[in-house]
Amino acid sequence: MDLLSNDFLTALIAGGILAGMPLLLAGLGEMVSERAGVLNIGLEGMMLFGAYIGFVAAYYGGSSWLGFLAGAGAGAALSLIMIVLCVRWGLDQIVVGIAITLAAEGATALIFDAEFAETRPTLGDVNRLSIPGLSRIPVVGGADSSNGSLFSQPLIVYLSLVLVVFVAWMMRRTHLGLNVRAAGDKPAALDAAGVSVLGTRSWACLFAGAMAGLGGAYLSVVAAGLFEPFITQGRGFIAIVLAMLARGRPVWVVIGSFLFGISLSISDALQIAGVDISTDVVFMLPFLTVILVLVIFGRRAYLPPALGLPYVRGAR
Amino acid sequence: MSDAPVTTSITQPAGAPLGPPSEGGGRGPARAALGMVGDVAVRSVGPIVLALVFGGFLLLALGVDPLTFYGDVIQGGIDFGAWQDTIMRMAPLLLIAVGLIVVFRANIWNLGIDGQFLLAAAIIAGLGPEMLDAGMSRWLVLLVLFLIAGAVGATWTILPAVLRARYGINEIITTLMMTFIGINLANILIKGPFQDFESNVPQTKSMPFEDLLPAIPGTRIHVGVLVAGAAAVAVWFVMSRTSYGLRLRILGANARAAQHAGLNVSRLIVTSFMVSGMLIGFAAASEILGIWGYVRADWNPAFGLLVVPLVFLARFNAIAVIPFVFLLSLLSIGGDFATQEAGLSNEFTLLLVGLILLFMGVTELLGRRRDLGQSYLPSRLRRRRTPQTAPAPAEGAPRPAEPGAA
Repeated sequence: MDLLSNDFLTALIAGGILAGMPLLLAGLGEMVSERAGVLNIGLEGMMLFGAYIGFVAAYYGGSSWLGFLAGAGAGAALSLIMIVLCVRWGLDQIVVGIAITLAAEGATALIFDAEFAETRPTLGDVNRLSIPGLSRIPVVGGADSSNGSLFSQPLIVYLSLVLVVFVAWMMRRTHLGLNVRAAGDKPAALDAAGVSVLGTRSWACLFAGAMAGLGGAYLSVVAAGLFEPFITQGRGFIAIVLAMLARGRPVWVVIGSFLFGISLSISDALQIAGVDISTDVVFMLPFLTVILVLVIFGRRAYLPPALGLPYVRGAR
Repeated sequence: MSDAPVTTSITQPAGAPLGPPSEGGGRGPARAALGMVGDVAVRSVGPIVLALVFGGFLLLALGVDPLTFYGDVIQGGIDFGAWQDTIMRMAPLLLIAVGLIVVFRANIWNLGIDGQFLLAAAIIAGLGPEMLDAGMSRWLVLLVLFLIAGAVGATWTILPAVLRARYGINEIITTLMMTFIGINLANILIKGPFQDFESNVPQTKSMPFEDLLPAIPGTRIHVGVLVAGAAAVAVWFVMSRTSYGLRLRILGANARAAQHAGLNVSRLIVTSFMVSGMLIGFAAASEILGIWGYVRADWNPAFGLLVVPLVFLARFNAIAVIPFVFLLSLLSIGGDFATQEAGLSNEFTLLLVGLILLFMGVTELLGRRRDLGQSYLPSRLRRRRTPQTAPAPAEGAPRPAEPGAA
């Protein structure tokens, strides 16, 4: 047993990225949406829907990019329900979120069983982009390893990281970002400034849906290469937790999702190192960690004051 | 609708009803009462009908005749003694439902149902055979196991409750995480200390059938159903006839007002959370001690989110939830048969429940608009009722001021 061998570390990093990417994408979307004051509990359903549609598109279209695009579109389409019912009409976000999750779970399982129950098709591997030079570095390079490593990943991974930087810049440095934050912190002030609160929230919610769908598509197209009912296994809820813990900082979404990704995939890496540990224990670890973090740092968890509350002009 | 303002705050567009609600054109009290009954019926049954119709279209798209399908659901849930299974399935669902009512009334979200349920189930399934082997009498074992299940369920809510009461941490997130931990912990227990090594698959030892809960004479239905019924009555009584119930409802209606009124909000949160967990633990006990007698690893009936919409449809009333629980029970027992007949996945129930929840939100919204003097119809299509309410306020705009005020 050699826990610090190169193979083990490479597998750990690769697994962390592979399992962490869906969390990162969905968590980033949820973070923006939470900042704007919309608590999107339907994230799990949007991921699942994106995973299914993305899988179908990649399977019939033969291109992973088609899958990502379709997945993001599917997630955004599902978030339209949330926008109309919660943002526009002011219905409770939690009730509608649960409804979206349940309906998406039922619908994807039903349609998948009707379409693919016998064939259960799988997709081929997605091409990895090995960055010249850097991918030759032993542990983080990963040009020769089967799952790659930090510098040998599908293009979508790099693009997502660029997106994180862009969102961070946007939230912090632009008017749009200020509007989004104001929509969650003090919607009345935003309204008084002449910016539509409902419009801002709608776009934030749409973004969250698209990102969740993209995360789901990554899960089915890249990480698993197949779709099965309930493939997300609660990852949408983890993403919500990550977004809340990140307190509006995209960097923390990245760190958190990478750490969660590692603990979701550590049992594979441990097997390479010759350690056999029950998956039940491993799956429990990230949640235990978060609960502990909450107990210890609980006081510092920050949520926008107007989170989950529909905005009605003139209401106090 | 005496308690409606408290209970429907969940789907209420906050702040919208600022002015006094107009009385719908001056209906007489008798007609108003009749209208109210009709209203409640429409708002409760309407979403179900809409969901069934919508689901029917989806079935058509999948090439299944919806009428045959729904017929199969009823047949599979009622005929050939299947009604007894349907009634038995009601026991855990009803216990979970009343457990949720306790916290939802206080506007607290316990979404950690599955974790509380499975952990309680695993622990009593593990302890039961040991206690019987130790020579304890059947009745004592059953009673103690029920209490243990309740205690486990309650314990599993303490952390989210305290985090919410102390730091105001969103209990949705913490209960969801506790559910994941609980499910995995249950599996660890079943595959570890409680495993029956004589069985091929990882599961607990089974309790002999004759040591499980007795059946109601003349049927196969175990007495857990009666426990569930009693719990529903008890919760209804506590919530509507005692000061504790009133306090919870005040907390649910307006947490800040509750604080200012001098209520011990922290204690209310923690106690209602624990009662909720206890009832969900009882649900696990009635399912395990009534039907299975053992728990298999990775078994998860996932009752949790399914029950949530019922509680809303019943307006958080522990008695009114019973028919809805029956409906869900029928859907899940009969749905297994119907999906098998139609060659579909049995997740159709999930889809239907999700749709019910969505349509419920819409119906509720439309009904509320009508209460406010607006109409179900778009403004241009309907006849004017009274001058004050004629211009339908734009979305999110304040209600027009009374003529005299301007």
